[in-house]
Amino acid sequence: MSGDHQMLAVLLFSAFLAVTLGITTWVSRKRQGSAEEFYAGGRLFSPMENGFAIAGDYMSAASFLGIAGLISLFGYDGLLYTVGFLVAWLLVLLLVAELVRNCGRFTLADVVAARMSERPVRIAAGTSSVTVSVLYLVAQMVGAGSLVALLLGGTSGAAQAWTVIGVGALMVIYVSLGGMRATTWIQIVKAVLLLAGTIALTVMVLVRFHGDFDQLLVTAAERSVHGNAFLAPGLKYGGDWTARLDFISLGIALVLGTAGLPHILSRFYTVPTARAARRSTVWSIGLIGGFYLMTIVLGFGAAAVVGPDEVRRSNAAGNTAVPLLALDLGGGAGSAGGTVLFAVVAAIAFATILAVVAGITLASSASVAHDLYASLRRPGGKTRSEVAVARVAAVGIGVVAIGLGLLARDMNVAFLVGLAFAVAASANLPALVYSLFWSSFTTRGAVWAVYGGLVPAIGLVLLSPVVSGSPGSLFPGIDFQYFPLENPGIVSIPLGFLAGWLGTVTSAEPADEARHAETEVRSLTGAGAV
Amino acid sequence: MDRSEAGTVSRDMKYEDPWYDALATGWGEADGPGGPARTTVPAARTGPTGAEIRARNVYVEVQRSAAFQEVRSRYRRFVVPGVIGFLAWYVAYVVTATTAPGFMARPVSGAVNVGMVAGLGQFLTTFLLTWAYARHARLRRDRAALQLRWDTQELTRGAQGGAS
Repeated sequence: MSGDHQMLAVLLFSAFLAVTLGITTWVSRKRQGSAEEFYAGGRLFSPMENGFAIAGDYMSAASFLGIAGLISLFGYDGLLYTVGFLVAWLLVLLLVAELVRNCGRFTLADVVAARMSERPVRIAAGTSSVTVSVLYLVAQMVGAGSLVALLLGGTSGAAQAWTVIGVGALMVIYVSLGGMRATTWIQIVKAVLLLAGTIALTVMVLVRFHGDFDQLLVTAAERSVHGNAFLAPGLKYGGDWTARLDFISLGIALVLGTAGLPHILSRFYTVPTARAARRSTVWSIGLIGGFYLMTIVLGFGAAAVVGPDEVRRSNAAGNTAVPLLALDLGGGAGSAGGTVLFAVVAAIAFATILAVVAGITLASSASVAHDLYASLRRPGGKTRSEVAVARVAAVGIGVVAIGLGLLARDMNVAFLVGLAFAVAASANLPALVYSLFWSSFTTRGAVWAVYGGLVPAIGLVLLSPVVSGSPGSLFPGIDFQYFPLENPGIVSIPLGFLAGWLGTVTSAEPADEARHAETEVRSLTGAGAV
Repeated sequence: MDRSEAGTVSRDMKYEDPWYDALATGWGEADGPGGPARTTVPAARTGPTGAEIRARNVYVEVQRSAAFQEVRSRYRRFVVPGVIGFLAWYVAYVVTATTAPGFMARPVSGAVNVGMVAGLGQFLTTFLLTWAYARHARLRRDRAALQLRWDTQELTRGAQGGAS
């Protein structure tokens, strides 16, 4: 890879930075400093704007580069991922978006704590939200670091480390200065850029094959050494039964986890009504679905045009498949077209990571300030403005994420994302669903549901081959591996629901009927919603 | 809205305008609907006041009303089968793909096999269910829910001692 496209990529990315920092300063000039403004951007975004922002929050670089790469290497098994990521949105649309918009103010804990004794529930839900966000953040930071190494040729550890630090510092600036309004506009800009880039590449792939999808699949299967097996499941997850069970576990975590991701839930508070929340979800399902369909074309296109062998030579995990495809579609290495396209793809991938990271940081700073700080501060202590606390929290979370991102530098990004989804599905989803739909759910049930999902999810990962006992582990030298699967979802999600049920039936105090009535009426009608 | 802030709740409510949707594109200026910004961290829950208890009874009353029961059953009649249906279809797809790859590899036409059709079918059913849900909610629920929202807020205001 020549120095030209690196130069150009850096230039394009600097332009994106300039635009987004411009947005941030412009927005923060007008800010009022209220919590409403900082966490929810004034709640007056339109459904279309919020739909783009949700899509921007959700379409991470892991999807753009990672999934297309998986498809180019393993064919059909990569496609399985995209299905889970999209179908998950039905759960958000049908059960969560409108009701959460109606019942809550800023965070997930608002909804769960509404009919419970507030303090313990808020602490529990805040803790699990922060945990999920930090896991997701680390995944994105690690992704950013390895992306730099791959695309800009800075393979040294120092380049990776500086990228992680730089991304962390930038997101702290975005979030603490601009709040939700700036973050939302950055998501919108990024979503438009990402979709435009994906559409352009997809059209070029289809033109290359004269619009014949069948021909594309046949060529991809021929160029992989697997023939028709490339177009059927089993190349990556078809090994022993542990591997298969692991994939089922991941699939369930993906589909149930999205509805428990704090940064997705907080997006619904940026629109004025539940109806607008529904319409923004419909927008985002359309955008995300279209994006993943194009990702499939890009993945098979990379296999057919570039070839799995060359993709694997460049990066064993396939993360460079799309940039290599762009290089080839533009006219090959050394040509002007190839250089430009490669640089554009690289710049879009960086922009994607920055935007996603900003969204998660904002959501977790809201959890820290609105849920944890508000519940844990000493009653006699100095009262500080919630927004000031949230700004400090954004800096703190940035520092923690940078630290963990540097530590976890060699971990697999897709695994970290899967883990964040599993924790969200185990700890957040049971408490959320029970409190919206179960009339006899109690405070103890809520607390147990959160911890009953959170603790097993984290614990099982600590006991899994990811941490110890196999050559690819975090600590390959020692062996305390007792749980065979990498993704804990299939065990920890049912445990979360079970713990919530158990906590409720063993409660000494019965559920408050009047408060359940209030939650139910408010969630379905929007009465008293902010 | 935090219940602990019962004092501010009633004040906010009178500015509440469910017809916001029409203004939704004006993202620029407007601040939150509630006048002065709330800059303090909400206090831990305090014991319910008399007005709060009366307001709560309003919700029980609304919940038992025929109009609300109708809205709720319309919602549930769509959502419960919908969620069970798509989850079952998705889990069946994932389990089949991992346990019976041979079946998924069966050719349908050209290079397209059963697995490809099933995968794209998942995309298609997701889009269809999204469309059906949005349509159902718009035609069968929105109007009734909005009416209930108005009525409930009227009642709550009355119960809180006519704060408006």
